[in-house]
Amino acid sequence: MVLELQKPRPVWQIMFSTHHTDVGLLYLITSLAFLFLGGTLALAIRAELFLPGAQIIGDAMTFNRIFTVHGTTLIFLFIIPFASSVGNYYVPIMVRYKDMAYPKLNAIAFWMIPPAGALIWLGFADFTWYATPPYSIISAPGPAADMWIFGLKILGISSVLGAINFIVTILKCKHPDMSIGQVPLLAWSFLSSSLIILVAIPTFAAALLMLLTDRLGVSGFFNPAMGGDPIAYAHLFWFTFHPEVYVLVIPAIGMMYEIIPRFSRKPIYSYNSGVFAFVLLSIVGFSSWAHHMYATGMSFTEKTVFMVGTLAAVPASAMHVFNFVATMWNGRIKFSTPMMWCVGGIALFFSAGAGGVANAAMPLDFTTHDTYWVVGHFHLFVMGTIAFGSIGMLYYMFPYVTGRMYNETMGKVHFAMSFIGTVLVFFTQHVLGLYGMPRRVFDYPPIPEWIAMNQIATVGAMIIGISMAIFLANIIYSSGKGKLANTEDPFGVGGKYYYPFEAKNPHHD
Amino acid sequence: MSGHSNWPEWIYIGVVVALMVWVGAEAWEAERLVEHVPADAETIIVTGQQWFWTFEHEDGTKEIGELHVEVGKAYKFEIISKDVNHSFNIHDYVVLMDAIPGRVNTVWFAPTDVGTHDIQCREYCGLIHYNMRGTLIVEAPSS
Ligand code: HEM
Ligand SMILES: [Cu+2]
Ligand SMILES: [Cu+2]
Repeated sequence: MVLELQKPRPVWQIMFSTHHTDVGLLYLITSLAFLFLGGTLALAIRAELFLPGAQIIGDAMTFNRIFTVHGTTLIFLFIIPFASSVGNYYVPIMVRYKDMAYPKLNAIAFWMIPPAGALIWLGFADFTWYATPPYSIISAPGPAADMWIFGLKILGISSVLGAINFIVTILKCKHPDMSIGQVPLLAWSFLSSSLIILVAIPTFAAALLMLLTDRLGVSGFFNPAMGGDPIAYAHLFWFTFHPEVYVLVIPAIGMMYEIIPRFSRKPIYSYNSGVFAFVLLSIVGFSSWAHHMYATGMSFTEKTVFMVGTLAAVPASAMHVFNFVATMWNGRIKFSTPMMWCVGGIALFFSAGAGGVANAAMPLDFTTHDTYWVVGHFHLFVMGTIAFGSIGMLYYMFPYVTGRMYNETMGKVHFAMSFIGTVLVFFTQHVLGLYGMPRRVFDYPPIPEWIAMNQIATVGAMIIGISMAIFLANIIYSSGKGKLANTEDPFGVGGKYYYPFEAKNPHHD
Repeated sequence: MSGHSNWPEWIYIGVVVALMVWVGAEAWEAERLVEHVPADAETIIVTGQQWFWTFEHEDGTKEIGELHVEVGKAYKFEIISKDVNHSFNIHDYVVLMDAIPGRVNTVWFAPTDVGTHDIQCREYCGLIHYNMRGTLIVEAPSS
């Protein structure tokens, strides 16, 4: 890989590089920057909701902008670029090819992200990450709304370009001696999520254009005042974004497949069922989108169809959980920091899935829909599963990126605090939802149960916030001053790893 | 592939599938029952707009922000919106239905006890979404 800090080279050389480990590094730094930016917004939201009445955010408009940009940032500017970073570092090595299939395209896909991020942050739209019409058409203030639309448009194109690159690299560039059945599960995760992207994203790309022309007043696709229908947007959006949740989660599961067997010092329990579950999820994931729309007035038949489609995807997720547990079973497990994040992530993945089943059961969804329950549900995935897997992966890659070890104690404290914080925030939010508190509210009436649970959630968020500060200090300090890593076996678990530093970066020799 | 036998995984998958079938069947049955609107339900037209609720009873009386109903009767809400999406919600009675401009959505309920309950909006609708609230007042039968 790069070992940038040991063999420094000019920043512009990395920025203009098309080599996969350099692009990986750019993705890594960008995604972490947005993790901290988006996380700060989360703390602002939680501080505001600590008590009824205005606390730190003076007005509802600012609050609405903050939660919109928070969600948009962490999904599109942290989770996805972070996965691309891991894919860039590892996929070419895993399929034994010299680079990504199209290196220039790879660099272009990365460089679309900073301008998109700038549009989203400079605009600071307020219409939620769903860009809800007709509000987004007739009410949402510009130019923020338009900047958000363009930002998302760019990110969509970037995703599609990245997906094409991963698919071609894996299917066409893998070493001739290697069969598809020997491709490691981490690379399989990129293959499946990339295929989902290609099928899912175009629908939303179209919807975004329609939203834009609706805003300009030249069309009325989603605007009832011009004969349009907001429900059409709901279908287009969720046809993309239910599958997209698997785009987010599958690479994180792939990262766990890289880490868990290594630290259990056992081969994966069943490679085949890992592959099968990835492929199954990518197909069945397309049969459930309207489970987000039970309360829009769908017929009983429609609701039933999408409930069945949703429940049908659950066994595929459950298979991964089984595979991980069976791999750890009787293993000589070493609980280094990366392993702790993965094991914690699996526990939260399981709880998140259980809550999802409740949402899917249509009569129960009328209790949970658009309450804090849903916020708790998907954060157990995006934070509890995906961020946990990603942060575990970051610690795992750290010696290869920097040539040094992070501080293990700080890594474990980071994990312990984040785990406790995540349980406090998002389990509590499930209960808060059962008490009926709607999501996306700047303020709430002084109902004692609501106040108590909001306070628990805020305390949990602050614990996560502190742990993230420890994390930041750890990676900054250790990348310069940490003890040198044994790059052959940085974690002392024996065996061979995938060694990103073996990638032949033309700038290095 | 390792050479071990996979029967524990098959049993596990079987259990998960069975659980999903059970959840699905129960949900289907429950939803089928709650969607059946009683024939004698009185209609109330519910209008959502930024950022308050208006109610119109069958006899033409209108209320804003407050809704008076009687124990023992069934009510069918016809929910519409004048501007953007909202969602009409009486959490205590699990009444939830989106108010979408250009559509009429229906949902019904039958209050069981005298008392008051919160009405709120559960779909983001802009600036004052957080305070688009009202009160349901359930009264004893008048006759
Ligand atoms: C066992 C698997 C899952 C099931 C059964 C499930 C089910 C559901 C259902 C029924 C809803 C709609 C809730 C409502 O709005 O009333 C929902 C919302 C959501 N789920 Fe899941 N889900 C699963 C996995 C995931 C995963 C893996 C992710 C993310 C990576 C995810 C992210 C979300 C998000 C973001 C929402 C809310 C979107 C919004 O309204 O803003 N879910 N889920
Ligand atoms: Cu979904
Ligand atoms: Cu609202």
